[in-house]
Amino acid sequence: MLRYTFKRLLSLLISLAIASLVIFMVIEVAPGDPASFMLGINAQEDTLAALRAELGLDQSKLQRYLGWVGGMVQGDFGTSYQYRTPVSQMIADRLWVSLPLALYALALSTLIAFPAGIYAASRRGKAGDIGVMGATQIGVAIPNFWFAMMLVLIFAINLRWFSAGGFAGWDKGAFAALKSLTLPAIALALPQAAILARVMRSALLDVLGEDFMRTARAKGLTKGQALRRHGLRNAMIPVLTILGLQFSFLLAGGIIIEQVFYLPGLGRLIFQSISARDLIVVESVTMLLVFAVIVVNFAVDLAYAAVDPRLRART
Amino acid sequence: MSLLEISNLSLSIHGTQILHDVSLRLDPGEVVAVTGESGSGKSMTALAIMQLLPDGSEAQGTVILDGQDVTQLSEAQMCDLRGNHLGMVFQEPMTALNPVQTIGAQIGESVRLHRSDLDPAARTEEVLARVGLAGMSPRRYPHELSGGQRQRVVIAIAIACGPKLLIADEPTTALDVTTQAQILDLLVELAHEDGMGLLMITHDLAVVAQMAQRITVMQNGAVVEAGDTPVLLSAPQHPYTKALFAASAHQAKLPEPVENAPLLQVRSVVRDYALPRTGLFSDPGTFRAVDLVSFDIPRGGRVGLVGESGCGKSTLTRAILGLEPVQSGSILLDGMPVYSDGHPNLDVRRKMQVVFQDPYGSFNPRHRVSRLITEPFHLLPSPPKDRDARIAEALRAVGLSPDDAEKYPHQFSGGQRQRLAIARALIIRPELIVFDEAVSALDVSVRAQILDLIAKLCGEYNLTYLFISHDLSVVRSITDHVLVMQNGKIVEKGATEDVFSAPKHPYTQTLIEAAPVLPITDTA
Repeated sequence: MLRYTFKRLLSLLISLAIASLVIFMVIEVAPGDPASFMLGINAQEDTLAALRAELGLDQSKLQRYLGWVGGMVQGDFGTSYQYRTPVSQMIADRLWVSLPLALYALALSTLIAFPAGIYAASRRGKAGDIGVMGATQIGVAIPNFWFAMMLVLIFAINLRWFSAGGFAGWDKGAFAALKSLTLPAIALALPQAAILARVMRSALLDVLGEDFMRTARAKGLTKGQALRRHGLRNAMIPVLTILGLQFSFLLAGGIIIEQVFYLPGLGRLIFQSISARDLIVVESVTMLLVFAVIVVNFAVDLAYAAVDPRLRART
Repeated sequence: MSLLEISNLSLSIHGTQILHDVSLRLDPGEVVAVTGESGSGKSMTALAIMQLLPDGSEAQGTVILDGQDVTQLSEAQMCDLRGNHLGMVFQEPMTALNPVQTIGAQIGESVRLHRSDLDPAARTEEVLARVGLAGMSPRRYPHELSGGQRQRVVIAIAIACGPKLLIADEPTTALDVTTQAQILDLLVELAHEDGMGLLMITHDLAVVAQMAQRITVMQNGAVVEAGDTPVLLSAPQHPYTKALFAASAHQAKLPEPVENAPLLQVRSVVRDYALPRTGLFSDPGTFRAVDLVSFDIPRGGRVGLVGESGCGKSTLTRAILGLEPVQSGSILLDGMPVYSDGHPNLDVRRKMQVVFQDPYGSFNPRHRVSRLITEPFHLLPSPPKDRDARIAEALRAVGLSPDDAEKYPHQFSGGQRQRLAIARALIIRPELIVFDEAVSALDVSVRAQILDLIAKLCGEYNLTYLFISHDLSVVRSITDHVLVMQNGKIVEKGATEDVFSAPKHPYTQTLIEAAPVLPITDTA
């Protein structure tokens, strides 16, 4: 298990190094000069040069890459070209919205999907299964922004249970903050839950056909006991894979939902920075998201090994 | 009173009649075998006793176990019975255990479920010892065990609560002969010493003949004959039983060999596999799957290769087919290497064909027969002009009709598919055919027909082949020479009859002793 963890960790570091290089190169070759963008088209050439020097844009590419990576390792993400504030501070503010939102949505999605998938699998071909599968079909098909607007219409405008948008802030207390994240989290979670429930169901159905499930039944376990004690853990590998992918998506992919609910999250930050050619912010947020994806995959790899002893043994 | 009494059991699944009026009796401490070919309903009979029938099943008749009719019991009552008074062992030890739980947890689970009077941990150790795994740590996982050990664990689960009846459904079919002999001994010993009834379900008459007191023969869901083993073996009454015995003891009549110069020459072949690294910078190490193997197959020779799983048979086969490079030594067909410059030598490859074990998995289900059996034409520099005539000839040679060319594989039975596989091999008139466990998945009567077909084709095409099998009786009947392989080495080779009648190497002797034999009977 130790060697397995070490190997996964090594592959994590290599992935991060490659990702940082790719992000830096792709963004550096993108057209548009941040300095001329910030000063407008009438700027003098010597003012532009001074700003470029201040922003460090006159250094060689290698120096800028090393400076960027070296800074990030120490928690210094540089200074935004646009706002002249530390990028790390901007990211931290936004992360306090996006990370809880992603975790909230993931928790909702899991809480809906697991019972629904297990229920559908245990009632295969019967009315309950067909009902759950029909509902997930709709959940997969409906775009989440439409769903978000419907939630606003019903729960914010008609029922007035929640506010239609904006973020209360953590300084108003956890309840108020979570309350303002609830509708966005539901809008994000439902399509994900629909996918996860379908994966859970088909993984369980595959396992139900396995010989060891028959052994479990021959032991005297009821269908339900056999499913819970022997089926679930064997069905977890595909479910964990999807869960890992979903978390990464929820963290970065909430742009539309953040727009609909007017939330100051990472998605909106990246959107605004791209429009303003604020390259340093785009680079840093992208790197952070890549970091999150790679770390989540690392966690999923460890979870695989915890679930399946054969993976521990193979390494 | 009988332990188990099945009377007039009929079963239909979604309206299709599966069992017709099956009756069967078994006393405590007795071993009764149910035998028949695939589809005869023997496994369904076992599942009916367990009440683990598939959805949509409807059963009539009674199954009295220890005075209780299990067909009348509720599901909750059945759960109390299963694993407690009724244990079952399945065919596939490799998949019958939960891969993510320790063996101790899986054995202890039955104890916890049914026997609150016993300590699960202590009982687990006890039954592990009982099935011959004394000292095996209960914290091990199934993947760390061999097939035979896993089957012992499955048996341990079944007997953990001291059942009155143990049902074993093809418990040794997936195992090597020597392991099979050990597992069969264990089952019989358990029945005798613990007074358990053992219902043994198997297609292998030779296995049955050695251990059962009584035999029930089934065909198409009905019992055709039942009786005491010695009586039934010496004087079978029903035509199907007679046919089954005849097919099991079948000897294909090979034409006299016409042997010439060597066709295939295997010289000091070594095949190593790299093992996973144990440390980051340590040498990975190698596993020697084939160790200095040398032999010749003369043109027109019929050579058998026997050995247990993991002995290197398959690796050697892949090397002969030129699918993998070898580390040293040479494999020449007709004087030319089968593998050169990092890929199979096409000039040689078109002179060799192979017939695989699984008649279901080895055909693309979306292709028609005409396309499937002409696949080897891709090996030729240009496709033959007389394609249709060649298809018709190949189909006729294997006993099928040229009209079958436009059908899909699912329209054929297992035996017919194996004929198709042979037709596919024959169509480019190869100089060497490799039969890789080609009859192992077939029922005895179908197997006898395929062996006859191979013998017939030997006469017509003067075939040269390498016949790989774990089944000694088949190899004995269809080859002139035999190679016995163990741990990557050929430990004995010689004329088939000499090796079988007077084996010299201890390993060959063990193999031949372990193989169950059907007593020769007068089936005329």
